[in-house]
Amino acid sequence: MSHARGLRGLIFATIAMTMAALALVFFYAPLDADQGFVQKIFYIHVPMAIVSLCGFVLGALLAIGHLRTGDRKWDLRSYVAIHMSLIFGVAALIMGSIWAKASWGHWWVWDDPTLVSFLIVLLLFATYQPLRFAIEDPERQARYASVFAVVAGAFVPLNFIAVRLSQGFVHPRVLTLTGGNLPGSMRLTFTVAVLAVALLFATLCIFELSAKRTRIELRRLRRELLGDDAVAALRRSAAPS
Amino acid sequence: MTTVRDDPTAAASAHADGATRPRPPSSLRTARILLAKDLLLELRSLETLPAMALFSITTFVIFHFALDRTTVSGQLAAGILAGTLLFASMLAINRLFVAEREQGGFDGFLLAPVDRTALLLAKAAALFLFLVVLEVVAVPAFAVLLLGPALGARLGGIVVVLLLADVALAVIGTLVSAIAVHTRARDLIGPIVGLPLLIPALIGTARGLGSVLSAHGSHWPPGKWLAIVALYDLVFALLAYAVFDFLLED
Repeated sequence: MSHARGLRGLIFATIAMTMAALALVFFYAPLDADQGFVQKIFYIHVPMAIVSLCGFVLGALLAIGHLRTGDRKWDLRSYVAIHMSLIFGVAALIMGSIWAKASWGHWWVWDDPTLVSFLIVLLLFATYQPLRFAIEDPERQARYASVFAVVAGAFVPLNFIAVRLSQGFVHPRVLTLTGGNLPGSMRLTFTVAVLAVALLFATLCIFELSAKRTRIELRRLRRELLGDDAVAALRRSAAPS
Repeated sequence: MTTVRDDPTAAASAHADGATRPRPPSSLRTARILLAKDLLLELRSLETLPAMALFSITTFVIFHFALDRTTVSGQLAAGILAGTLLFASMLAINRLFVAEREQGGFDGFLLAPVDRTALLLAKAAALFLFLVVLEVVAVPAFAVLLLGPALGARLGGIVVVLLLADVALAVIGTLVSAIAVHTRARDLIGPIVGLPLLIPALIGTARGLGSVLSAHGSHWPPGKWLAIVALYDLVFALLAYAVFDFLLED
């Protein structure tokens, strides 16, 4: 099927990478001296959070494509990217909470800027679906959702700067862009885990995209073959249709 | 009411007809006309501003009982003031485009040969002025009801922080309001989209006010927080300018 070209290769790559990441996490990466086994959640939690944030920004870039060209396929892509990022984001937040309970003794800590910024970004993007759902005209829904995605995408870095500065003191950073103070084996495991989660994100996005496209195509064919009356009108939906 | 609403379009077309070569009025002139219309509308109906002022004063009373404090200072005072103003601004944000939506103002504006950014400019300016008027009432009321340290020497710092915060509220509020007004549940969508977007501005405002309102120390907000709010103002003003046109297409 043309909608899902290259999907098989991607699926195999995702499975292989995920297996490799899990193997490294459980058999190769050393136990953390302070936190012990529970620290291993870091290899899933942080990649998920990173991929989720990148997905939000990706959604914003795709939304720019929609606003520039007016082509609804960009809106569909932007919707899928944000939808999937929301799922990854909620998962990352829950895992972060578990990790915080295990290592700091509380389910939620306000003095970790990354955690707090992430919550705010998630709260903002959580309104994406309600906003879409509240607009009935599909054209307007797509346009307004794109405007929202662009604004919210620009909000992500600004929010991180503001929250970071609002902390009186900053925790020692486990992870920085330069690799921070992770030992080599942990860094390798972490890199593989990021790649695995990113591949998983891409695979799921392509699955959702092709499902949505197939549904749209099916409706078009039914309308063509059976006539407009035979196809039930769409219910109000947050998803592009 | 209708005649008031139709004024700008009528004025704009009369202006264009009168010239030898029909030329649309400049954005600034359009924005000024639209702003005058909004202010006149508010002056005659007194719908939004009294509600916002009452809301803030009631909120101060609520905080008095909820916190069981007779006076507050420092970060606590700053938080109460900034939070109250933020929530009060939601009232104006919800109502900002309602007249346009319900009485065909959007259609009239789209039919007029004018720059669409003028509407953003006019609405943001109107919201900014509403917020300034609100603060003229709410800040003295806060000083009388709750604030421990004397207001006098701190006024300059408060004014600077609040003016910067008002720009952020006005720009983001206008953008969110323009998005929300076309949704079915606009009173719900406005605040849930607007509040997270305004959190970084609130952080800057509350922290800036925190050191101004502290009992001791400098009466001037730290430059760091002023810079944060100013940067936020700038980025969102540019962003709103870039995307606003898409909200008006039909």
